[in-house]
Order: sequence, then C-alpha cells, then structure tokens
Amino acid sequence: MMKENDIFPEVKDLTVEYVTKEETVQAVNDVLFTLRKGKTLGLVGETGAGKTTIAKSILQVLPVPPAVVKSGEILIEGQDLMKLSEDEMCKVRGKRVTMIFQDPMTALNPVMTVGHQIAEVVQLHDGVSGVEAKKRAEEMLEMVGIPAARYSEYPDQFSGRMRQRVVIAIALACNPDLLLADEPTTALDVTIQAQVLDLMRELNKVKQTSMILITHDLGVVAEMCDDVAVVYAGEIIESGTLADIFKKPTHPYTLGLFGSIPKIDDDSERLNPIMGLPPNPADLPNGCKFHPRCPYATEECARRDVQMTELTEGHFCRCLKAERR
Amino acid sequence: MAELVKVEHLKKYFSVPKGTLHAVDDISLTIDEGKTMGIVGESGCGKSTLGRTLVHLLESTDGKFSFEGKDVTSLNKRELKKFRENAQIIFQDPYSSLDPRMTVEDTIYETLRLSRRYSRNDIMKKITEIMDLVGIARRLRLAYPHELDGGRRQRVGIARALALDPKFVVCDEPVSALDVSIQAQVLNLLQDLQKEKGLTYMFITHDLSVVRHISNDICVMYLGQLVETSPSRELFKTQYHPYTKALLSAIPSLDIDHKMDRIVLKGEITSPIDPKPGCRFADRCIYATDACRQPQKLVEVSPSHFVSCCRVKEINNL
Repeated sequence: MMKENDIFPEVKDLTVEYVTKEETVQAVNDVLFTLRKGKTLGLVGETGAGKTTIAKSILQVLPVPPAVVKSGEILIEGQDLMKLSEDEMCKVRGKRVTMIFQDPMTALNPVMTVGHQIAEVVQLHDGVSGVEAKKRAEEMLEMVGIPAARYSEYPDQFSGRMRQRVVIAIALACNPDLLLADEPTTALDVTIQAQVLDLMRELNKVKQTSMILITHDLGVVAEMCDDVAVVYAGEIIESGTLADIFKKPTHPYTLGLFGSIPKIDDDSERLNPIMGLPPNPADLPNGCKFHPRCPYATEECARRDVQMTELTEGHFCRCLKAERR
Repeated sequence: MAELVKVEHLKKYFSVPKGTLHAVDDISLTIDEGKTMGIVGESGCGKSTLGRTLVHLLESTDGKFSFEGKDVTSLNKRELKKFRENAQIIFQDPYSSLDPRMTVEDTIYETLRLSRRYSRNDIMKKITEIMDLVGIARRLRLAYPHELDGGRRQRVGIARALALDPKFVVCDEPVSALDVSIQAQVLNLLQDLQKEKGLTYMFITHDLSVVRHISNDICVMYLGQLVETSPSRELFKTQYHPYTKALLSAIPSLDIDHKMDRIVLKGEITSPIDPKPGCRFADRCIYATDACRQPQKLVEVSPSHFVSCCRVKEINNL
C-alpha cells in the first residue's frame, strides 16, 4: 500500500456540472484518483471528456456560474483545497499548484511584458524584492530557451511556441509541488514538442514536481507518464500504471483509442476506429456511458451503472466484462 | 503508371513589407495516377502553399507545372475551368472552410451547378449519391455547418471536393482538427474513396504517423525546400538528411519498452524572408560546413530515395 505522505494529491468523488437555463452538462462524474509524489499521471481522453474541467477544479479556477462543484475533496497533504477560502487558495495557486494552459495565445496578458509576468508570480509568492524577482524571471526565461534580453518584450512579439514556453516559465517559476499541464504541446510542432517535453521531464526529475499531464496523444503519454487514467464522458473508465494501460488495455474504449492511431511500425492497411460519436454531455446514456458505441455491449450494459473493478493491483477498469471475470 | 501531376523547379514567392518571402523554393516532384504523395514538414515550411499552387488557387512565380501532360500555366480560361474540376482541395479547418449560411445541400449544389454538367433534377440525385458516398446521413441534407460536429463537417468538405469526380485531390491537413477516433473514421473514408474512384492524392500533414499510414511516397519539406523524398516505408526505415532524422526521432513512440534516442534540435526555424543561399537547415545542423552555404542539389542516394544534402555520404558513411 502507498503511504499517506507518498500521495500527492488525492482527488475524491469529484462531480462537476455546468448548469444553464437550457441544460445541465455533467462534465465530471465521481472522479477519483491519486498521484504518487514526484510522478506523472496522464489524463487521456477526447475533446469534451472533462479532462480540463478536472484540472480546473483542482486549481479552483472554474467559471462559476455556470460551473457547479456538486461534491468532491481535493486533498494535498491532508488539507482539502475545496474547504480553503479564496484568500488561502490564492497562496496555493501559482506557488504550490500551477497550471500550463492549452492555448498560449490567450493565456498571457497582452499589455504586460513577458518578463514582468514571470517576476510578478515570484514577487507575490516568495516575497522577494523587485530586483531579486527580475533576476529569477531572467533565469526562468533562459531555462526555457528564451534569451534574457527579451525580458521587456510583449507577448505579441513572440511566436506561438515561444509564448508557450513563457507560459511554462510562469508555471514553474515558484517550484510548484504539483504541475497541471493541459495539452502543453498540442499547439507545437514535433521538434519543438520534443524540446518542451525534455524540459518538463528534466524538471520532474530535478525538482520532484508531481505532474498531471492532460493530452489526447498516446505517444506523449508513453514518453512522459508513470500512471495513466483514461477519461470518457466525465468518468475515469480505466486507470493503472503505464504498462497496465499500454500492454494490457482492457476497456473497449481504451482498445478503440489504440486501434484509431496509425502506428509508425505497423503496416496494416486500415484503422479500426471507434464507431459513432462521443455522447452529448447534457444527455448522457444510462448505464455504461460507452455502451452505444461499444462492440461488446449487451442489454445489461444499458441498464445499470458499472463500478470500477480492480483487475490486478492498481489496474482498474469500469466495464461489466471485467466485473464478471 | 502514368504521371498525373509533374512540377519542375516550382517557385512561389510572396512580396511582404520586409522583402520577398520564399514560401516554395525550387521544388520538383511527380505524382503517379492513383497514388498518394505525402508532404510533411513543420508549420511555415510552405507545404500548404505548395498544395494551393497545385490546384491553381495560387499562381506559381516560376517553374513548370503540368497536369496529364498539359502545361497548366498556359491554359486558357475554358481549359482552366476543366482543370479546376479535375483538381480539388480539402481544407484543414472544417469550421472555417464551409459557408455558415449554406446547408449541406447548398454547399454541394453550388459546385455541381457551376459545372453546368447536370440538369437540376440530376443535381438533386447526385447530391444524395455523394452524401451516401461520404457517409453523411440523408436527414442532415438541410443542416447548417453549425449543427454538425467536426467529423461531419469534414465529410461535407470531402463531399464538395469529390462532387465533380476529380482525378486529383489535395488534402491539406484534413484530419488534424479532429479527435483520434473521428480522425481514424475520416482516414478510412479517404482510403476507401481512393480505391473506389482511382483518386490521386496529395496529402499534406504535420502528423508523421498519419502520413506513413496513407502515403505511397513522402516529401519532407523544410522552409520551402525539398530536403528528402522516397517511398514511404523506405523513408521510415532509413533517413539520410539530418533534418529528417531529427523530425522522425521527435515523434513520441507508443512503444514503452524501447525508447528511441531523440535528436533534439537547437534553435528556431529561420525566417523565409530573403533567405541566404544554400541549405536552409544549415543554421541548426550539427554537420554544417561552408559547403552547405552553396545551393544544394537533390541526389539519388539509393533507388528512388533522393536527398538534398552535400554531406549526405559522409554523414551516413555511404
């Protein structure tokens, strides 16, 4: 068993809805996971699966309204982030828990120099002088491969990929304990992606930062993660170590994801995609959320909710097929 | 196999305030009938400009371009219209390439009407046929783009491109805006259509696993130039150009047991505006010497495998 202080953070029974006049979108349903300290967890899933909502709930930056957190605990060393006041949360955000947002074009303040945007975080959280903060910000820029001489330039003077590195520099400026990276490399070309992933892996190793990496790219997961959780329609449908998921994928959706990607070393002519479309989160199917697209679905799958079953130690799967075994 | 598309020393330059942007610089390639040519490269390498030039949405600055043996640059207006019917394009972004005020039916109707090949009744029948062909449910005939998801919108884009039974289709990143499960559906559709109709594709993408899956031959572009071209399987087995090596090594692998040694490139892509002569990759290349600052030639290193690098023999111990 994992010891209490090895776990960082622990998310319990998180349920988030987006409520508008017209409809209620069930974005995240009873999500539960733990992350081991210094390790990287990959949250994998398609657009609209609820991955970003999970990350934003941890940081508590959900747009309220329409978002409503129905239940959930987010424990960091025994402390529930959900119970903190906004003032206390401000001290956690940017210092202990930080986030790299997906879109570097909108994540930066356009009327503030990039250097100042990094220094601001350092000054606020570490209480150092302006001069000291500037020095740290320059170091951070160099670390992500941007010359410190560009400290006083504005975001519009940078290319998209350089902006993404500024976003990464801000997220890492205060040596966070937990880094939430939401599709950090999706907007980047492969050679630049390789640079950024190397940088993140280095930090993970040197500073023992725990990471939650949100992505739809299974290749990136294979490179970066120790543990993997597959998200579908707001639920975790399979989770385990990297080897569990990549060598013994069990849930039909996970299998479908692997069947959908063309493989570099495979000569098969046709792909085996998942049939149909992801469900409308405002109108989720009963029973297993995946059953309308599942090739193995039986009538029972539509009738009752399916619980997570532990296949081998630490490898969980939410499927009746697994439950019956 | 007959050559369908042949370009020689094709150039496309744009005048910008700072000078001349060399988007496509001296590219020669041929595409055989019924085959798929994959074009890979990173953002800004000129691959979309090349695609647009080949369907004559952009006029080339210099070079030869022939289609079915006829020189496209000297066609008269009527012949050009015929050419356009035969050479179509599917765009990257299914959100902005469809007219938001036109239904699925309108979008396909417009293409068919402009060709003046069909009577109104025939057009209506043909629309149903095309919708069935690309897998859009008939009930969506009167749907507007905003009512469709990304995968279906891309199918409308494909339907529009195929409405006039073209011979050659440029697919400009047709699946990069789609989720993986939907992406696989669309890739399968494109392959089925190719078999059924004997289409010739130029498939532009930055996703290397997709390009390997779908292409017979691959061209790798860097800053407007062709750096390496070869049959697809051969290229993924052996790469000769330093840029191709770095590009392929950067793909995250699904194999969790065997990690490839990655070549991480230093620095950024240099500007394509008034570039220096010689190899454009030289500034980031660890093997660069003075000889690399001279104009480079494509050399056949092994059968049908061409590389544009003056040091290729030394680097690869050939």
